Amino acid sequence: MGSWAIAVHGGAGVDPCLPAVRQEEARRVLSRCLKLGAGALQAGLTAVDVVEMVVRELETDPVFNSGRGSALTRRGTVEMEASIMDGRGRRCGAVSGLSTVKNPVSLARLVMDRSPHSYLAFDGAEDFAREQGVEMVDNSYFITEENVSMLKLAKEANSIVFDYRVPIPGVDSCSAIAGLMGAKAEGGLQMNGLPINMYAPETVGCVVVDNNGWCAAATSTGGLMNKMNGRIGDSPLIGSGTYACDVCAVSCTGEGEAIIRSTLARDVAALMEYKGLSLQEAVDYAIKERLDEGKAGLIAVSRNGEVAYGFNTVGMFRGSATQDGFMEVGIW
Amino acid sequence: MGWAIALHGGAGDIPLSFPVEGRAPREAALRHCLELGVAALKANRPPLDVVELVVRELENSPCFNAGKGSVLTTNGTVEMEACIMDGNTKKCGAVSGLSTVVNAISLARLVMERTPHIYLAFDGAEAFAREQGVETAHSSHFITPENVERLKNAKEAKRVQIDFTEPIKGTIPSSIGDSQIGTVGCVAVDGHGILASATSTGGLVNKMAGRIGDTPIIGAGTYANSYCAVSATGKGESIIQATVARDVAALMEYKGLSLKEAAAYVIERTPKGNVGLVAVSANGEVTMPFNTTGMFRACATEDGYSEIGIWPSGINGDLEYPNK
Repeated sequence: MGSWAIAVHGGAGVDPCLPAVRQEEARRVLSRCLKLGAGALQAGLTAVDVVEMVVRELETDPVFNSGRGSALTRRGTVEMEASIMDGRGRRCGAVSGLSTVKNPVSLARLVMDRSPHSYLAFDGAEDFAREQGVEMVDNSYFITEENVSMLKLAKEANSIVFDYRVPIPGVDSCSAIAGLMGAKAEGGLQMNGLPINMYAPETVGCVVVDNNGWCAAATSTGGLMNKMNGRIGDSPLIGSGTYACDVCAVSCTGEGEAIIRSTLARDVAALMEYKGLSLQEAVDYAIKERLDEGKAGLIAVSRNGEVAYGFNTVGMFRGSATQDGFMEVGIW
Repeated sequence: MGWAIALHGGAGDIPLSFPVEGRAPREAALRHCLELGVAALKANRPPLDVVELVVRELENSPCFNAGKGSVLTTNGTVEMEACIMDGNTKKCGAVSGLSTVVNAISLARLVMERTPHIYLAFDGAEAFAREQGVETAHSSHFITPENVERLKNAKEAKRVQIDFTEPIKGTIPSSIGDSQIGTVGCVAVDGHGILASATSTGGLVNKMAGRIGDTPIIGAGTYANSYCAVSATGKGESIIQATVARDVAALMEYKGLSLKEAAAYVIERTPKGNVGLVAVSANGEVTMPFNTTGMFRACATEDGYSEIGIWPSGINGDLEYPNK
C-alpha cells in the first residue's frame, strides 16, 4: 500500500514491419509521458490529475491517434472522444464528437467536475467547451497530411481501417509480406483495407495508482479511419474503454466494437472483485476469454501498486513505471 | 426453463398520491405491451424481435419518457437515445441525440445490423436514419404538453429532474426528492435460453443539450449475454458509474449468484432513489428490483405468472395478478 504505479499506451495493433525510425519516435513519446507522470506522482499529485496530465501530453503529440493526429471520418473531418474516471468514488466524465477542442480529456474532466452530467457529445459538448473557456482551435489543426493520405487509401479500399494490424497467419517475415504486396488476387496482403506497411496512429490512455492507493484511468482517441460521422467507439464509454474503481484502473485500445461488446475495462475489475483474480490474472483472462474474434489490448494498475498489460494483437505501444524505480517502454 | 419477459416504463419518485388519471393510461399501456410481448414469444419470435417490438410500442405511447412523450432538453428540444443487445451473439446497437426518428430502438437495431459500428449519435445518426428510410417526424410529434410543463417547472426549480416530479406550485420545496422516472425497456428470453435487452429514453428533464445518459451505454443501462438480459432505469449518471446492467451478469457469472441475488446486490449498492431494473435469466427467471419509490413495470413467464405494478408489492394501490 502507498506505492504509486503508472502505465500508458499509444494503441494496440502494430505493423510488424514498422520502420525503426517510427518505433523510436513512439518509444520516445511514451517515455517522455511516462516520466512526466512519474514525476507528478513522486511530487504527490493525485491519480486523476496525473492521468489527465499524461493524456493531454499524448493528445498534443501528433504521433498517436488522439487530438492532433486523430484518424479522420469519412468526410475528412476529425471527431474526437475521451473519458476519464476517478476510482475514488467512481466519478466519471466523457465526451464525444469534438471537433475544435484541443484537449478532449480535459473537457471530459470538466464534464465530470463542473456539469451535472457524465457524458456530453457533439454540439452540446462543444457549447460546454466554449462556456468553460477551454482552448479551442480550428478543426484543421488536428488533421495531419499522413492521415489525409490514409483516408484516401482507406476509401479506395472501401473499408474501415481499424487501429490495429492483425498478422496474416503463416506470413511471418517482412520479405514475404513485401512479396505479397504485389499480389493482385483476392487475399493479397490487405490488412483491414490497407497495405501492411502503412503506419497507423493509435488511441492513447493512461492508468495510475497514486501514493494513497487511489486509481484513475483516462482514454482519448480520434476513433476509426473512415468511420461514419457520428460513430462512437469504446474510448468514451465507461466500462468499455475506461474504468476505475477501488481496486484498479483500466484503459483499453483496439477494435472498439469488440471492446464494447465485452465491456472490457469493467470486466478486468469485475474479475478481481467478484472472482478474486489478481490484476495480471484478470487482465490475461479478459484478453483471452472475453474478446472472442476481437483484437484489443489494455493497461491496468491495482491499488496495491501493481501494473499489468495484455493484448492479443501483434503489438501494443506501451510503457509502465513503478515507485521502486522500474520503468519500461515496449511495442512487441 | 421456458420463456419470460419483463418490461418497464421507468423507475423514480412516483408518489403514492399519483392521480388515477395518470395511473390508468400507464397501467393500460404496460398491460398492452406485456400482452404484445407474450404473444410474440408464444409465436416463437426471436427475443431480439420481441424486445424491439415491445419497446417500439412503449416509445409510441405518450405516457412514458421515450419516443413520443420524451422529456425535453434545456433548449426545449427532444434528444432521444436507445440501445439493443442480442445476448446470443453479444452484438449490440445504440443511438443518441435523435430528434426526428419515431422509433429510436429500431434505428439502434439498424446500426447493429447494417453498419460496421455499434453506436451512432446526433447528426451522424440522423443522416443514417435518412439513408435507411426509417420513419421520421417533426419534433411536434414527440413533444407533449406535460413535458413542456415539466421543463418549465424544472427551470423554475433550477434543477435537473428525471421526470414525474409533482409540479411546484409557487415555492421551491426544500426537498423535492429526486424524481427518477424515465426510460422504457424490455428484456426477454425464449425457451432455448436466448436472451435480448432493449432500452429507450428521452433522458433527463432540462438536461444540457448533448447529454448522454446510461441507456445507450452497453453495460450501464442495457446488457445481455448468455446469463441474463438487463434493462435499467433511473439516474443515468449513477447507472453509468455502477455499470448496473453488466454487473448483474458479472455477479452471476463470476460470483455464482442467482439472477435475483445479483440484481438485488446491484440495486442495494447503488445510492437509494437512483435505480431500478428488469432482468430475465437464461432459465426463464424474472426479477424487477428498484430502490426508488416506484417503477412502472410488468412481467410474465411461461408457467403462467404475470405481474403489473408501480410500487413495491404490498403497497396500497399496487396491482398484481399472480397466476393470471
